[in-house]
Amino acid sequence: MAKALPRSEIRFLLNNERVALSDVSPDETLLDYLRLRRNLRGTKEGCAEGDCGACTVLVGRLLAGRLVYESVNACIRFLGSLDATHVVTVEHLKGADGKLHPVQQAMVDFHGSQCGFCTPGFVMSLYALWMREPNPSDAEIEKALQGNLCRCTGYEAIVRSARAISGYGKVSNDPLLGERNAVIGQLTAMRDGARVEIGAGKHRFIVPATADDFARVLEAEPNATVVAGSTDVGLWVTKHMRDISPVVFIGGIEDLKSVAETDGVITLGAGVTYTEAFDVLANRIPALGSLIDRIGGQQVRNMGTIGGNIANGSPIGDTPPPLIALGATLTLRRGDSRRTIALEDYFIAYGKQDRAPGEFVEAVHVPVPKEGTHFAVYKISKRRDEDITSTLGAFYLEVSNGTVTSIRIAYGGMAATPKRARSVEAALLGKSWNEATIEAALDAFAADFSPLTDMRATAEYRALAARNLLVRFHAETTGTKAPIQISRAA
Amino acid sequence: MTAHQPDLKATRIAGGVHTDQKHDSAHKHVTGEAIYIDDMPEPRGTLHGCLGLSTVTHGRIVNIDLSAVRAAPGVVDVLTSADVPGVNDISPTGRNDEPVLADGLVQFYGQPIFCVIAETREQARRACKLAKVEYEELPFVLDIAGLDVAKDRLVTPNLTLVRGDAAAAIAKAPRRIKGQVRHGGQDHFYLEGQISMAVPGEDGDVTVYCSTQHPSEVQHMVGHALGVPSHAVTVEVRRMGGGFGGKETQGNQFAALAAIAAKRIGRAVKIRPDRDDDMTATGKRHDFLIDYEVGFDDEGNILGVEYTYGARCGFSSDLSGPVTDRALFHCDNAYFYPAVKAVSAPFYTNTVSNTAFRGFGGPQGMIGAERVIDEVAFATGKDPLEIRRKNFYGTTDRNVTPYHQTVEDNIIHRIFDELEQSADYAGRRREINAFNNNSRFIKRGLALTPVKFGISFTATHYNQAGALVHVYTDGSVHLNHGGTEMGQGLNTKVAQVVAEEFQIDIDRVKITATTTGKVPNTSATAASSGADLNGMAAQNGARQIKTRLIEFAADKYNVEKDQIEFLPNRVRVGNQEIPFTELIAQAYLARVQLSAAGFYKTPKIHWDRSKGQGRPFYYFAYGAACAEVSVDVLTGEYMVERVDILHETGRSLNPALDLGQVEGAFIQGMGWLTTEELWWDEKGRLRTHAPSTYKIPLASDRPKIFNVKLASWAENAENTVHKSKAVGEPPFMLGMAVYHALTDAVASVADHKIHPQLDAPATPERVLMAIEKLKAAR
Repeated sequence: MAKALPRSEIRFLLNNERVALSDVSPDETLLDYLRLRRNLRGTKEGCAEGDCGACTVLVGRLLAGRLVYESVNACIRFLGSLDATHVVTVEHLKGADGKLHPVQQAMVDFHGSQCGFCTPGFVMSLYALWMREPNPSDAEIEKALQGNLCRCTGYEAIVRSARAISGYGKVSNDPLLGERNAVIGQLTAMRDGARVEIGAGKHRFIVPATADDFARVLEAEPNATVVAGSTDVGLWVTKHMRDISPVVFIGGIEDLKSVAETDGVITLGAGVTYTEAFDVLANRIPALGSLIDRIGGQQVRNMGTIGGNIANGSPIGDTPPPLIALGATLTLRRGDSRRTIALEDYFIAYGKQDRAPGEFVEAVHVPVPKEGTHFAVYKISKRRDEDITSTLGAFYLEVSNGTVTSIRIAYGGMAATPKRARSVEAALLGKSWNEATIEAALDAFAADFSPLTDMRATAEYRALAARNLLVRFHAETTGTKAPIQISRAA
Repeated sequence: MTAHQPDLKATRIAGGVHTDQKHDSAHKHVTGEAIYIDDMPEPRGTLHGCLGLSTVTHGRIVNIDLSAVRAAPGVVDVLTSADVPGVNDISPTGRNDEPVLADGLVQFYGQPIFCVIAETREQARRACKLAKVEYEELPFVLDIAGLDVAKDRLVTPNLTLVRGDAAAAIAKAPRRIKGQVRHGGQDHFYLEGQISMAVPGEDGDVTVYCSTQHPSEVQHMVGHALGVPSHAVTVEVRRMGGGFGGKETQGNQFAALAAIAAKRIGRAVKIRPDRDDDMTATGKRHDFLIDYEVGFDDEGNILGVEYTYGARCGFSSDLSGPVTDRALFHCDNAYFYPAVKAVSAPFYTNTVSNTAFRGFGGPQGMIGAERVIDEVAFATGKDPLEIRRKNFYGTTDRNVTPYHQTVEDNIIHRIFDELEQSADYAGRRREINAFNNNSRFIKRGLALTPVKFGISFTATHYNQAGALVHVYTDGSVHLNHGGTEMGQGLNTKVAQVVAEEFQIDIDRVKITATTTGKVPNTSATAASSGADLNGMAAQNGARQIKTRLIEFAADKYNVEKDQIEFLPNRVRVGNQEIPFTELIAQAYLARVQLSAAGFYKTPKIHWDRSKGQGRPFYYFAYGAACAEVSVDVLTGEYMVERVDILHETGRSLNPALDLGQVEGAFIQGMGWLTTEELWWDEKGRLRTHAPSTYKIPLASDRPKIFNVKLASWAENAENTVHKSKAVGEPPFMLGMAVYHALTDAVASVADHKIHPQLDAPATPERVLMAIEKLKAAR
């Protein structure tokens, strides 16, 4: 229910300046705006695809009344999606007296920069980490830096810097904290409940005010490009130079951001980012938490949504296989009508999903595994973190008196869609849960999957690793104390 | 930096040599104030270029229709090979085999054919996509497997090194092994991509701001392509956002095109390729296929060895000659071969022309040496550590290399022994064996590998450098030299040398952008030589001025020259101390020249390529690394558990910066051999051309425990700048320890009885497939 008339400008804060813009193209990135229009050239372009982190800036926004700052990739973040946010760039950190910020001083003193090109991005990622965790563990530092590539230092000096930041100053003295109330006031004032509509023809975009408003917009514009986190669509623009107009930016719609558990089912609104979902999922379904830690880098997790990961239908999206194994369902909405389908039925074929024109994924419902059941998800990639899956297997198992009474297995990277291993499941269901059964079931993989060879892995490797993941899953359910997986833990 | 009063009582200057100093730009890096070329203010009306790349792997251009490109919004000009006013060639070694823009023939997928110049970068990129190019496709060669050095096309004459009769030694040896090892190439992945901005001047001059390690070469190439003398071209670079060899020659193309367009149109032109175009159209580390045969005895003593080093060079020679030469120079790593023959095979392929990359063939050479060691160790059932030690160069005998240079400064034994102790190799070997016996799914592996790396350009004439030192009347110093700053801290080190020479605090020394207009005819900042060469040249410049100051003071104060001493921020003249600034002021009034051009050339070196003999290297740098990994035998995934490194940089000019070089080089070397994989599809397209598909190490790929030490006792046996040693490249090869630890872990699957022949990059896939092979064979 858009209360006010549509607005034809976006409004946001850039460092300490209020900005109102009406000349914005839907495909204009935040990075180009900063560097080309504002001459703020501390923020760098390294890859223009959200992988290297040289363009990292902070975006602050109100979430349930709280002001949250998160690192994002300015290179694939669209300017039009920034209504009612506070964009903080590296230029904002140094004090008015010229004194370096604690993050900056630590990076200087511990030799955290060499060529310096990635450095502003690292500074911003570490700044975001320091604000929420002034004394991070090494694991937290590594996680915060998964989306930042450095080719010079080998990271050791950067991690040393990160450990030392709090020795240079207190978070409570941080300038951003000092101006927090003023920022909250300004951002609150910017959220006037109005839909934003800017441009025409090939340069048109809409920022709906609410989920209901979004439903109306999409019904009227069924061919619009829906952009939540822009971690995928961003590359359509920066790499493929595709025209994406008209665009509907939904990342800021607060009523698509609910995370709630009812009767053992977690419901995630389509606009919930990986980061926003993390606490609940990691707590209730730890294997999903561990998986999310390996999706993209922190910046991508701060932008990308689980709804988007599902909706775009990619065969290598990381969340669909585990959600299918868990028996998740989707709510699809068109206008005011809704329907609920099993997630696995959403994926019809490569590039084809069960989504009608004007319809959108509104929520995903994830059953929490019951006590005594087994659930695991294993991602395999060339590099452990911030890499795209070569194969990913997810397993849900119920065993009663040693016999398999329920089994759901789903894989990514093995077919044109995220897909159940039905033959393998059939070979396990009703059998004793033991090594002999596993061994006998392995040949069924060939009936379920004929994977492809590409730059990530050969078909042979995918097939073999997929089989072996079932072996791993079985071993993990046996309660053995011997190590079964490699671990980053010390 | 605000000026401060120099401390006239100090016992030591601030920022002298052998001290930890921060990178001179660190405070600008962290604030975003450090200016890279894309950050410079653009002259009014600056245009932007984008390269149109070929879409076939090998073919003749039958028809090229650029009308839609020219008509696209914002397009100002479109250049093709016909628009190159001078010579359409940027071959750095003068082989005339590398066009600026393809002329009729394209030889790899992604070769630049035309260049669009538009009002904005976005417009240029969009316009590029509108070209219609028709090709007559030709057969292409992607892979070097099966190519024959005697029959197949080479991009440059190959090299053979011979000492003794290797074939006879192998034939006579009690035991023999023949094998092959393959390793991949590597993209530089400098975070700042290639970029050039050309600004036209008067009289047809042009100034090019180029992210390059080799401004003089860019100057020559731009002049060549424009058909103008070198004096019409000035090339400047303040800093690069990473180079690693990828900006030794690969900037030439962008610089030449920007300069051609700028002069044609009369406006500044900037070309900054997108990351994907950069990775598609610019060269990388050469991948090699190495054939070896080794003869040895039951104790594991190598008696004779033969190598053929086949390299995928791409479509042109670029630096493939010197790179493949250097591979042969390191086929020994730290080992003495009683008889050896090594042959290089720089093969032509229809791929991007490979180029310099940190180590410059040296790492590839050492892969062969270390593979042979592993083979001998497995064959004799001994720990590879024992075989390595057994075959090390001696200090007084067994010390002649395959290229007939005597190793005079060998310290690998001490390095190796100290590291073996500090890393507790023996204890951990026992622990790992026990662990592996009780672990079904996770296996651990351990390896300790040495590095001996030759320092000097093998092209002897490159081993020269110049510097320009001005002392202004207030005693502040303006320093310029021919080296380029790419993050390694070269400017800091050279400033330390100059500060030390004048005995003034380092903040009195201003570091300035490298430009061909100040120091001419420079060599690439490459071959780890930056501080060795430019530090000496700057020292020489400072000493010339000092000599004049001493003469002046001796005369003015009527003291003997040996009674004049440069103390921190002051000069003792007989019995009195005069502030440096005051002496300078006096010298100026007395009309003493306070500026000098310093020069240096490396002594002792010589190399006769036709004979394969000489002393190509002034000295060697040494180090060793011990790595422990854990491997998942179900998936091939692995984790680096611990790495210990002992590396020497002589008497380090700046231990803090050297430590950073060692750590960074190690991780980069590890990346090369583990997760960094270049993958071409059957059509010849490189499909790993962005960080989404090409995976360099992350912070979470660091060893969990990482103990890195510089050998504090080391000093250069040769008379280098303050007895320091080069550091850029040698520690890159420490990354081999991880690769060999992976081999060790894989081998545990078959009780170390079978050599796994794990190739690189050892991705989880290659590791798992090696495990499967062993499981099948055991």
